[in-house]
Parts: sequence; structure tokens; C-alpha cells
Amino acid sequence: MTTTTQTPAATSPSIIPEQRHVTWAVTLQVSWAGIKRRFFRSLITMSGVVLAIAFLTYMQVMNDIVKSLVLANDTVLNALLQKAGVDIYAADSSDRMMILLITLSLLACLVGIINSMLMSVTERIKEIGTMKCLGALDGFIIRSYFIESSLQGVAGTVLGCILGLIVALAAAASNYHGYVMKHFPWLSVAGSLVISLLIGTLLSVVAAILPAYLAAKKQPVDAMRVEE
Amino acid sequence: MSISEDIIVKASGVTKVYQLGAEAVHALRGIDLEVRRGEYLSILGPSGSGKSTFFNMVGGLDRPTEGNVEVDGYCLQELNQKQLAWVRCHKMGYIFQSFNLIQTMTALENVSLPRIFAGETPAQAREAAAEILTVVGLGHRLTHLPSQVSGGQQQRIAIARALVNRPSIILADEPTGNLDLKTGEEIIHLLGEMKEKFGITVITATHDMKMLSASDTVVWIKDGRADRIARKGEFEVSIGTIDGKTLA
Ligand SMILES: Nc1ncnc2c1ncn2[C@@H]1O[C@H](COP(=O)(O)OP(=O)(O)OP(=O)(O)O)[C@@H](O)[C@H]1O
Ligand SMILES: [Mg+2]
Repeated sequence: MTTTTQTPAATSPSIIPEQRHVTWAVTLQVSWAGIKRRFFRSLITMSGVVLAIAFLTYMQVMNDIVKSLVLANDTVLNALLQKAGVDIYAADSSDRMMILLITLSLLACLVGIINSMLMSVTERIKEIGTMKCLGALDGFIIRSYFIESSLQGVAGTVLGCILGLIVALAAAASNYHGYVMKHFPWLSVAGSLVISLLIGTLLSVVAAILPAYLAAKKQPVDAMRVEE
Repeated sequence: MSISEDIIVKASGVTKVYQLGAEAVHALRGIDLEVRRGEYLSILGPSGSGKSTFFNMVGGLDRPTEGNVEVDGYCLQELNQKQLAWVRCHKMGYIFQSFNLIQTMTALENVSLPRIFAGETPAQAREAAAEILTVVGLGHRLTHLPSQVSGGQQQRIAIARALVNRPSIILADEPTGNLDLKTGEEIIHLLGEMKEKFGITVITATHDMKMLSASDTVVWIKDGRADRIARKGEFEVSIGTIDGKTLA
């Protein structure tokens, strides 16, 4: 713990201690104050994630429901499906278009999180510099940014899943009425939700890496230089 | 030991050159300075003379272009990042003109940070923080956010934060720059009091003549050089002027 990497100078004490890392748990406790008090601003940061994941969830769940209704092969239902513009003989034909749309919206969401976290790094240069003056290591800054943006991302993802699910259910119910519940594809909808959750979480965690790293590279002198 | 026991800061031939494109800005042109343990040293000088730059060198916040700084026996140039962080955390306390409190943290949370970085649990750290906040007269403002207290109180929180790890040195760059006359005086008084109470060395940079009466030593910096050094008794303090010279 207290090893030196170079030969100690004649003037320096022979063993110079190194600052130790703050654990993840403590880092979370310390960052929590900021996360809590920035909650409403975080909501705006999260809105991109919420919308993208809601879209992803909506598309998947809608697709699951329609597939299940097509399989039911009910005459009245088939008429409803055709009225809603579903090609009941090839329900998968729109898959490619859907994947493209989803990919684009997820990319936009990724860029959105990176962008808003980068902005928050610029805004908080002084805070980061101050923390370093007080003895924070790069690792602490990285961890706290990582925790903050991942938590935001995960919260946004959960909200997005719920929103997407609600919208899909409402849209399906208005088109197909009671048939939706009768033929509800529980399993595939659950699978779709899990996929949305995983993608959203992965995306926000990946998006958190770059801003966290850049934040940690800010120097303590920056604490002095920046004026409010 | 080339550094004697009662010299806490030793700067030798410190220069700093900022390269701005093709132009080189010589912020410091070779400063030699020894600071005695336990003294209150003020650095005076006109704007742009290099006070803050020198501060950053002594505080281990920036590296000199040439020269050496030794603080409390540690030669700052030879430390790696983690050792430097350790020295900043345990040996130095920083006070800034604009307070630099973390806006989203309460007084208590702000002051516990240095303890947490030193390895204590947040609960232990908060205990020590509450104690020192009481010492600086803010025992009744523990759970306030910086935006909920006055400027002078914010600077008191910053002083508590600088003291909480019992450092050897307090570095204060224009600590009264954002405060009115009376509050500024109170802050200077508090710094002097803390210096006595904890036996800490205080180094401040200032334009503020009020600082002088509290100082044991005054160093004038002019154009990146230590122009003049005076010990207590060698300088006359009167309002607005010093030794007949008006200060910029
Ligand atoms: N990061 C930087 N890049 C380039 N030049 C710099 C930088 N920081 C300071 N300088 C220059 O170095 C010189 C000394 O600046 P410094 O901030 O140390 O002055 P100061 O004495 O603290 O002034 P003040 O009383 O206004 O705070 C100035 O000419 C300044 O323009
Ligand atoms: Mg300055």
C-alpha cells in the first residue's frame, strides 16, 4: 500500500504513502447527494433514454401482440387486423424497417447520453478540480461519474419500458379490443421487456465510459482557473 | 535532511512558463522562498504578478517549468500521482476566492470529503466534520446547502473543510476576494485563530491590506519575482498604504 515507484530523494521521508482508493460503496454514498439533488435535471438527461427505450419497447410489444393475434386466425379479428393495416399473411414483412428504425433511435439515444454527460463534465470542471484538491484520485472521479450516468440510464430505461408497454397496450386495445387480453402473448412480451431493459442498461453504461474518463483527466488547477 | 525542521516550505528557483501558441508567458521567473513552520505568510502583488501561479506550485496543483518545491519534507516534483494526492489530502488545506464548495452537498457532506478520501467511512467522517464545523462557528448550519448560507459562512465551511484532516499548511488564494470588508476581516481573524489553535502554517495570496496585520511575514511578488520579504515589525501597516506605497 505504501510503496514508492522511484528511489526516494534524500530530502523526502523514505516511504511516501500513496493515496488509497475509495470503495465503490463509499463512492456511491458520496455521489448520492448529487444524484438526489440533481434529480430533476437528470430527468431531462434521461428523457432521451426514456423515449428511445419506449419506442423500442412499443415496437417489440406491438409486434408480439399482432403476431399472436394473427396466429389466433379469428375471422372478426382478421378483419380488424386488416383494417389496422396488418398484412396477416406476412406479419414479419416490416421487421427490417423496424430494426432500422430502432437502431437509429438507439444511436440517437447513445449520443444523447454521451452529450449530456459531457456537458455536465464541462459544467463541473471546478467541482472535479476541487475534489482532486481534497485528495480524490482519478479512480474516484471515474467511478462517481460512471455511477451517476449508469443510474440515470437505468432509471431512464425502466421508465422507457413502462411507457412503451403502456402505449403499446393502449394502441392494441383501441384497435383489437378484448382480443388483446384473450390472446395476450405473455411470454414474448416479457422477453421483449427483458431485451429492452438489457439494451437500455448496456447503452447507458457504455455511454458513461467516455465522459467519466474525460472528467477524471481534469486537473486540480482547473478548480482555481474557472470563474462562476 | 537538507530541509531544516522549522522550514515547512522551501521553493528553489521556481519558474513557470505558459506556452500560448508562439508566445511564452513567463509567469514566474525564479522564486526562492522559505516558509517557517507555524507562521502566517502573506503574498502580495499586483494582478498578474504570479501569486496564484506560485500558489499552485506550492500546493502541488501544478508543476514548475524549472526549480523545486519541498513541502513538509516532501519534494513535490518526485511524487507520483497517488503520492501527490496523499500529500494534498493529508498535508494541505486549500481555500479559494470563490469558496469552491460542492453545491449539491450540505456543509457536513462538504467537510467530510477530505476524511472520506483519507479512508474513513462516511459516518466517521461526518462526526469529525461536525466537530470542526462547530469550531468555526457553524454548528447550527450542518445540514444547510452552500446556497442556503451567506458568503462568509460559505468561506467558514471551506475553512472547516481545509482543516478537517489537520493539515500542516493552509493555502488560501484571495480568501476575502468575494467578501465585504467586515466579513473579510472575520475570515482573516478566523484563519489566524485556527493557525494558533492547530499550529498550522497559513499562506495567503491577497490584494487585501487587512491581511497584513495578521501576517508574520509578507512577501511582495512583482513580475514573477519575489521583490521583497519582510518579517513582522519590518513593515508598517496603515490603512491603504504600506511603507508609504499604495498597493495595487
Ligand atoms: N493557464 C495559463 N495560461 C497562460 N498564462 C497564464 C495562465 N495562468 C496564468 N497565466 C499568466 O501568468 C501571469 C501570472 O498569473 P497569476 O494568475 O499567477 O497572477 P496573480 O498574481 O494571481 O493575479 P491576480 O491577483 O489577478 O489573481 C499572468 O500574466 C497570467 O496571464
Ligand atoms: Mg490570482
